[in-house]
Amino acid sequence: MRFITEFRRSDLAEGLIAQINQRSHTPARLMEFCGGHTVTIFKYGIRQILPDNIEMVSGPGCPICVTANTDLDKAIALAKIPQVIIATFGDMLKVPGSHTSLQELKADGTDVRIVYSALDAIAMAQENPTRSVVFLGIGFETTAPTIAASILQAEDRRINNYYVLSLHKLCPPVIRTILDSGEVELQGLVCPGHVSAIIGSHPWDFIARDYGIPCVVSGFEPVDILQCVVMLVDQVESGRSEVEIAYRRGVHPEGNEEAMRLMEQVFEPGPAAWRGIGEVPDSGLKIRNEYQHFDATMAFDIDPGQPYEPDGCICGDILRGVKTPPDCQLFDNACTPQYPVGPCMVSSEGTCSAYYNYGEGRDG
Amino acid sequence: MGDSEKFDKILLSHGSGGKLAHELVEKHFVRVFDNPLLARLDDSAVITVSGRLAFTTDSYVVSPIFFPGGDIGKLAVCGTANDLAMSGARPLCLSLSLIIEEGLPQSELKTIIESVNTAAMEVGVTIVTGDTKVVQRGSADKLFINTAGIGIIPENVDISGSNAKPGDKVLLSGPIGDHGIAVLSKREGLSFTTVLESDCAPLNSLVAEMLNVSADIRCLRDPTRGGLATTLNELAKQSNVSIRIEEEKVPVHEAVLAACEMLGLDPLYIANEGKLVAIVPAEHADKILRVMHRNQYGKEASLIGEVCANNPGRVVMKTRIGSSRIVDMLVGDPLPRIC
Repeated sequence: MRFITEFRRSDLAEGLIAQINQRSHTPARLMEFCGGHTVTIFKYGIRQILPDNIEMVSGPGCPICVTANTDLDKAIALAKIPQVIIATFGDMLKVPGSHTSLQELKADGTDVRIVYSALDAIAMAQENPTRSVVFLGIGFETTAPTIAASILQAEDRRINNYYVLSLHKLCPPVIRTILDSGEVELQGLVCPGHVSAIIGSHPWDFIARDYGIPCVVSGFEPVDILQCVVMLVDQVESGRSEVEIAYRRGVHPEGNEEAMRLMEQVFEPGPAAWRGIGEVPDSGLKIRNEYQHFDATMAFDIDPGQPYEPDGCICGDILRGVKTPPDCQLFDNACTPQYPVGPCMVSSEGTCSAYYNYGEGRDG
Repeated sequence: MGDSEKFDKILLSHGSGGKLAHELVEKHFVRVFDNPLLARLDDSAVITVSGRLAFTTDSYVVSPIFFPGGDIGKLAVCGTANDLAMSGARPLCLSLSLIIEEGLPQSELKTIIESVNTAAMEVGVTIVTGDTKVVQRGSADKLFINTAGIGIIPENVDISGSNAKPGDKVLLSGPIGDHGIAVLSKREGLSFTTVLESDCAPLNSLVAEMLNVSADIRCLRDPTRGGLATTLNELAKQSNVSIRIEEEKVPVHEAVLAACEMLGLDPLYIANEGKLVAIVPAEHADKILRVMHRNQYGKEASLIGEVCANNPGRVVMKTRIGSSRIVDMLVGDPLPRIC
């Protein structure tokens, strides 16, 4: 597993930090889209070590955080159906919907189980033929292909008690929405690594071309992020805007064609609701008509009721990069990881959770 | 062959207090542990002691009950012996109480009790009293164990989480995260292949050797649930000091790092069952480390940081890239039932 320690080497990091200090003069606000990057940046204290003219802002790249309450409430309504077993990634459990969370329902006896892959949910469906297993399909382009594969596998094995609530989201359309809003001015974008491993680097071309913003795809170790910042600084200082890859071991410019084929076979783009951003056309993945018998929203008649947003929570502004967690009056007061109000404090990849857990913006 | 052995599974009647229960106790416990205090089968074990007594208890509900590097029996002895050792006590006696879910194969019970015995012999404690209950299927998960233990604290020893002082050094006895990841690797629905084994081990001999070279050890704690991060936070809060550690000095096996990457976990928060953190006066740190390195459970011990006066209650880590960040307590429960 040299792929981990090699990319945490302090001598490599020191060299890259020296390069950044040497080459960077122009003020630059860089957004890391992805929550995984946010965690690395905070975990290794990268923000403090960058020169003052470089500002890092976190973007909407935490799939749990951007899930709107209307969608969370659907998952919760499904969980309340007695014959249903909810299979979900663990992070979803604690996220508060409008009125309750899956964790609270589980404590009351609702059957909610954590899985690490949609394929585990398929096995669960086979082991529980009298129940209906609903997998909560949350994630970006990264997770969508395996969930598409699970649907194809269920079709192949004629499993008729497996369903997916597809809340998948696509990254490029929402970045366009954020840039078009003009709310946040960026000089560089740290493009998501795992998403790009699937879709390649070309889907980011429009950002460099149409908006003149340098883009570099990054990996998730501290040395990856620092390398990415070096490349962004080089583009900023030389007035270029291109799409480059600092994560060559994971990302091919053309992406993973097989994964994209699976995704396209099962899903089609559709509108999706993003927390704090609203409905973005073609930014979600809808299960295609030929596979609609696996679509939980078609199979079950649910009424999630009116969504409710907690007073004072500014997760939406934080997800757009307009505000930071210390701007929120609830942060480290009413809202902590023990008693989270908004999803950005719950998810391990949430911006508020990263600020809190790694001590930024907290007293002392 | 007694009636008890005619059934290869534990039945509710094995916990009834009747004939089957007596046979079970005789066959699985009294014969294996083979000591006069237990063999009397009185309502209490009667022990004569002198000196300062340490008394502790813990319940063990690990799932699965057999895991790489140990089982619930070994864990139940080591865990409680280690709690005694962390107050500087020499473990003396343990109680052993079992809550068994009906249907547990007797062969599994036998294996676990044998491993209780092996661990107790290594620690040097006697199992002097115990209890067995059998509950209906579904009311427990295979087997839960409670052990309580007593130990004697040597006269000149004063160890407490509130004793750390600015300038003290922080020692860690070896790589972190092995136990949590080893158990997790065998979890139903989450199996992955790893070469890791739990670090489950008794630490009383290591502690005795450390105390031999310095009776001035201030704090000892075993970073079990919540991992190293939580233990350091507890010590910082109890002693009203801050603790600064260096990421590069904290040993972690590559296999733990890899599993943590895959599962989105942080080794700092993963449980250990055979590691200790010691806070010691700076001038004694070297000689304590040297004796730790000579003990099989301290071979990879390292000095990971120091105690400071500013920002009391905080744990701060210098990261590999030279920056620093706060290390908070564990929030929530990433790995349920690992001990």
